[in-house]
Amino acid sequence: MKKTLALCALAAFSVTAASAQMLINGAGATFPQPLYTKWFDAYQKVDPSVRFNYQGIGSGGGQKQILAETVDFGASDGPMSDENLAKATHKLLHLPTVAGAVAVSYNVEGNPPLNLDGPTLAGIFLGKITKWNDPAIAGQNPGAKLPDIDIVVVHRSDGSGTSFIFTDYLSQVSEDWKAKVGKGTAVSWPVGLGGKGNPGVAGQIKQTPGAIGYVELAYAHQNKLPFASMKNAAGVYIAPTVESVTDALANAKIPDDFRFSMVNSPGAKAYPIAGATWLLVYADQKDHDKGEKLVQFLKWAYSDGEKFAPDLDYAPLPDAVLQRAVERVQTIKY
Amino acid sequence: MPDRPTPTAMSSVTASSSILPAPGSRLPDIAFKWLAGMASMLIFLLIFLIGWELYHGSQLAIHQFGASFLWTREWNPVEDQYGALPFIFGTLVSSLLAILIAVPLGVATALFLTELAPLRLRQPVVMVIEMLAAVPSVIFGLWGIFVLIPWLRDHLFVWLKHSLGFLPLFQGPIYGVSMLAAGIIIAIMILPIVTSISREILRSVPNLQREAAYALGATRWEVLRIAVLSYARRGLFGAAILGLGRALGETMAVTMVIGNNPQIAASLFAPGYTLASVIANEFAEATSDLYLNSLFELGLVLLVVTILVNIVARLMLRSMTGSASGKVS
Repeated sequence: MKKTLALCALAAFSVTAASAQMLINGAGATFPQPLYTKWFDAYQKVDPSVRFNYQGIGSGGGQKQILAETVDFGASDGPMSDENLAKATHKLLHLPTVAGAVAVSYNVEGNPPLNLDGPTLAGIFLGKITKWNDPAIAGQNPGAKLPDIDIVVVHRSDGSGTSFIFTDYLSQVSEDWKAKVGKGTAVSWPVGLGGKGNPGVAGQIKQTPGAIGYVELAYAHQNKLPFASMKNAAGVYIAPTVESVTDALANAKIPDDFRFSMVNSPGAKAYPIAGATWLLVYADQKDHDKGEKLVQFLKWAYSDGEKFAPDLDYAPLPDAVLQRAVERVQTIKY
Repeated sequence: MPDRPTPTAMSSVTASSSILPAPGSRLPDIAFKWLAGMASMLIFLLIFLIGWELYHGSQLAIHQFGASFLWTREWNPVEDQYGALPFIFGTLVSSLLAILIAVPLGVATALFLTELAPLRLRQPVVMVIEMLAAVPSVIFGLWGIFVLIPWLRDHLFVWLKHSLGFLPLFQGPIYGVSMLAAGIIIAIMILPIVTSISREILRSVPNLQREAAYALGATRWEVLRIAVLSYARRGLFGAAILGLGRALGETMAVTMVIGNNPQIAASLFAPGYTLASVIANEFAEATSDLYLNSLFELGLVLLVVTILVNIVARLMLRSMTGSASGKVS
């Protein structure tokens, strides 16, 4: 008897909740989570009848959940592999939202501004360049006082989109890296210490004299860590900024399915170690009402939402890409 | 005489039986028996389900790598090559280090508290130790990164390398984050459980033992050594094993200080990696099926190791209490 009562109460409760507000569930990448949270919060004022629930469970989880159709949209820091995409029962769209830079931060006495090129960075992370005063580094930084101490490499220990972007870049600029290590959200690092998450890596760089590592730009800013200017494909040393990442996006080759890599983008002002983040949405929405609300939200995100990006250290999409993304959203059927 | 209820006890039984259902109705008894039985069965079911789920989730990896998973050193998500050995090594070594540090400290503290400390000092010390158990793991990790590791790197490790550097254990570059740092952090974290179990065990040593030793003219140290410690030996070993069980599964703080590098190095200054840490680190972003299955299999390995350790602990604790009660009566 009690059980029936409880069930009735539960049913009544869920019915009222559903009629009051539609809930759209998403899950995936943690990298864009601060921005998405901001979006969902701001969108509440635009359309109070819909509420978004986003779980930052990681890109791998996001891909799995959208494939299993347990969420209404997924989010991932890397495009899905062909193998994973083939598991989708119907057409799954990649929608790029913003891009972010991966900064190469370091802890050297006096923290002089540093210039680095791709092969040198690969050499350091392969364990071939082991001293800060190595000619490969000193040659690019004539004015800087570089000490004769060991380089301590710090990388992410957890699987992450940041690592994917970083190793993707190293694979592009170094044949040696491509052959020995390759790219991935987690790789078999030849040398170095693993720190958990951006805070872990930033903390370890700060704590360890002679350390070098990579973090999202926002974390380098927050922790007041210095970051290197990287030599881009055009041969110019460029610091990671919102503008230099947007420029990298504008110059990147973006195929029709939006599954692209933007590392080592051509363009004189493009920062080379950067990556986009995607929302994963089915082209045919099963639930008409939900699909409609989701499409409305996506249109809003591409018009008003993008404006929130720079304040949170994300690079908004350049106009040309934005245009293409909006056109893709308009093809979603519900 | 003591076997029979005294008349007062009898009368209280009759008095209270008036609020029980009429004699003959054994339904509540039976219902309770079943309920309690089911509750305990549920625990077995839970362990079984966890194990089964892990086994089920790791099918692909088990099929692909077979038993060689256990002794393969490579962990390379890019090439889809997975082996558990560096993680098993890291888990066992960091836990053993922790036990080596925590058990002498814990037992010494327990001895002090039960045998030597003035009475008014005992309660405050016990409270402080038990408070350690309430500190969240991630706090230990942060404290490890920002306080302990710089100190270890600049002082203790340098000193160890200087004075014991001829041993392979204390050679190689000093980064701070290392197997030894992990061992020290885990030791601090398991100290409360080792200390409080040791204290209970030492308290269960009958006074007869001590008095007998004193009667033979033993000094205080001899009493502790012969009458107390040797009597409680097996129980203290059980405490160590229970601490080890904790140490094996410790994740968050270890992840933050061990350096997370799947290598097998002789040096305790080198970074390592544990089973629990790699699962916590890589599970969220594991996209390929084999990768995820391999992480599941690491979980299975960890579960089996932990269960084995706990079974051993139970057996030892049981034999210890059995012998103790035998001597008391």
